[in-house]
Amino acid sequence: MRARVLIRPKEGILDPQGKAVERALPALGFEGIGHVHVGRMVELEAEDPERLGELCEKLLANPLIEDYEIQTL
Amino acid sequence: MIWGVVQFPGSCDERDALHACELANGEARLVWHEERDLGGVDAVVIPGGFSYGDYLRAGAIARFSPAMEAVAAFAAAGGPVLGICNGFQVLCEAGLLPGALLRNEELRFTCRQVELVAEGSTAELTPSAGGEPSSRLSIPAKHGEGRYYAPDAVLDGLEANGQVAYRYAEGHNFNGAARDIAGVTNEAGNVVGLMPHPEHAVDPLTGSTDGLRVFEAVAAAGARA
Repeated sequence: MRARVLIRPKEGILDPQGKAVERALPALGFEGIGHVHVGRMVELEAEDPERLGELCEKLLANPLIEDYEIQTL
Repeated sequence: MIWGVVQFPGSCDERDALHACELANGEARLVWHEERDLGGVDAVVIPGGFSYGDYLRAGAIARFSPAMEAVAAFAAAGGPVLGICNGFQVLCEAGLLPGALLRNEELRFTCRQVELVAEGSTAELTPSAGGEPSSRLSIPAKHGEGRYYAPDAVLDGLEANGQVAYRYAEGHNFNGAARDIAGVTNEAGNVVGLMPHPEHAVDPLTGSTDGLRVFEAVAAAGARA
């Protein structure tokens, strides 16, 4: 099974990458864009999709600082 | 005493760490990341660098190395462990220390001298050469991901238990760390990690020898263990 894992900074944790992108936008003529957050995406093929949650908890995300979402493709 | 300095692919401060360990007390040797046996060392240092390229998150992959399994067992038995910079990140990822290190607030990799204040048991440092005992240290910091973070409830617990080992002195918290925290210990007090680099401040030639006191404090913990 193919899956995509989206990992993003937890809400409430300062995300300086998102802020930097947000601040750069007006200079390029993009107005009215806010709440930008930058995360990570991992695509993978799993023989046993049952264990994907465990994989995310142990390696792909750090649950203390990041949320993750598993999408099956 | 004998120190073991763990070397991962991508470590870069292990030579200075060896030198600092030997200046502080005893002899030191490298432990390659594939070794499962620490060879009877009395204290362990996880040095700075970019272990496994820091892919995914700083320290995330290094924590699964065979040597780290041995370090976890060593720490559980009460052995003293010092993590510096990337080593601190590895110890947090491995769950041997609380919290996590996030990208610096200003997104810049920063290299500068910082003033630290030692707290709790780490404040019982030996005096610097020719100086009075002091809880203040001047050592270099160089990192892009050093903003200490833990949820408020965890931070309250750390403060209550005396687990905050080092704080940035006023005006020196350049990375935006929660409550100015530069280093913490585990609950038992035998594992300590900090972002700045004591191993780069052991010779008057480079401006400060305050870093030696961090190693001496770990050596003292090793002697007690």
